[in-house]
Amino acid sequence: MSSVAVQDDRPWVDRKRYLWLLGILAMTLPLQGYLLYRWTGWSVFWWFSPIFIYLILPIADALLGEDDNNPPDSAMAALAADRYYRWAVYLALPAQYLSFVWCTWMAVRGGLVWHQWLGLLLSAGFTSGLGINIAHEMGHQTSRLERWLAKIALAPVAYGHFYVEHNRGHHVRVATFEDPASARYGESFWEFLPRCVIGSIRSAWEIEKQRLARQGKGPWSLKNDLIQAWLLTLALYAAMTAWLGWAALPFMILQAAYGGSLLEVVNYLEHYGLLRAKRADGSYERCQPEHSWNSNHIATNIFLYHLQRHSDHHAYPTRSYQTLRNFVGLPRLPSGYAAMIPIAYCTPLWFAIMNPRVRDHYRGDLSRANLKPSLRARLLAGERRAAA
Amino acid sequence: MEASTAVTLKKWRCLVCDFVYDEARGLPEEGIAPGTRWEDIPESWTCPDCGAAKSDFVMVEID
Repeated sequence: MSSVAVQDDRPWVDRKRYLWLLGILAMTLPLQGYLLYRWTGWSVFWWFSPIFIYLILPIADALLGEDDNNPPDSAMAALAADRYYRWAVYLALPAQYLSFVWCTWMAVRGGLVWHQWLGLLLSAGFTSGLGINIAHEMGHQTSRLERWLAKIALAPVAYGHFYVEHNRGHHVRVATFEDPASARYGESFWEFLPRCVIGSIRSAWEIEKQRLARQGKGPWSLKNDLIQAWLLTLALYAAMTAWLGWAALPFMILQAAYGGSLLEVVNYLEHYGLLRAKRADGSYERCQPEHSWNSNHIATNIFLYHLQRHSDHHAYPTRSYQTLRNFVGLPRLPSGYAAMIPIAYCTPLWFAIMNPRVRDHYRGDLSRANLKPSLRARLLAGERRAAA
Repeated sequence: MEASTAVTLKKWRCLVCDFVYDEARGLPEEGIAPGTRWEDIPESWTCPDCGAAKSDFVMVEID
């Protein structure tokens, strides 16, 4: 704080304001890669998106570091009401579709060599993963339009269940043993992935079934949000297949699987090992800032619309991304998501880096952590022995 | 004080996660007594399941 007596009446300026537009650009990385390929003749540019997420972004995170900027209280209302920021998300949707359509067309009609096709597949999948991220941002808003846009963003990724499960399942059960999308200490990403996907779909179906039952309807209705979302995927895939032929189908399905897996690895990072305490009456304490892993690295935060400010997101789920804040003392990942994702893929490395952090967070008392079941008995027995 | 139930107690649903606040039940585990009307809950209160604000709730029209 300045010690000068003059009051600074200048309004706060969001230094990241125009950087948010990069999220729109990120959707079209496959096309940018293609242009680079045409310009250089190097096939490596078919792999532009994986190179971007696994190499360029982690390096950018390391170089550009963390972003401690928070909007002051006085600026929050105006910042939240500024529609520019919603448009920065809306415009990512046509960019996502452009990329999806172009990639599928290129995969089928482009006469690609296998390694070009594979790079294109992963690139299309990365765009789909970003699509889930914008669906997340829009699905949390309460306006009907934004929620519809969220379903549309999920269609190419075949991830319609996310629309139901995320708000009404994950946000309700976050950081509990029961949540399929909260990773347990000792659980590798490869164990987490099937548990999360299957558990989330089951949970979403149950949630919708109960909601419709309250209205006196059965689950097999067009009012079922899951069925709506899945029908959107079906319609999209059917249209693409009708246009391009059967060869389009495996490409679309596989890119959706990879895109979905990116969302799931982010789920894995965000709550690994963290657990909400149970109250005396058996109910869980409210979700607190300490129940999420955060990252404040600016490069990844820009491309993910502040998704990494995860504690604040759980505290204020309907807050538009530009107003999310960072705080000291929150559980922190050693780097941005971009670097943590390959670490998560490599189980021994993940455990070596993150398990000590979970232990430290709970001051060595792992009974307070969200544990993999087979570990719980063993660890508690070991701790009792050590304490004796 | 509970007067005669000339005024029916209502329910309020969270638009984000579907949690329902039932005025008749209150939220005793958080210190909100049964019968507490929606308008008497502090504006700073948030949904216990997902953290949404009071403004993100709607009144349930039909039970």
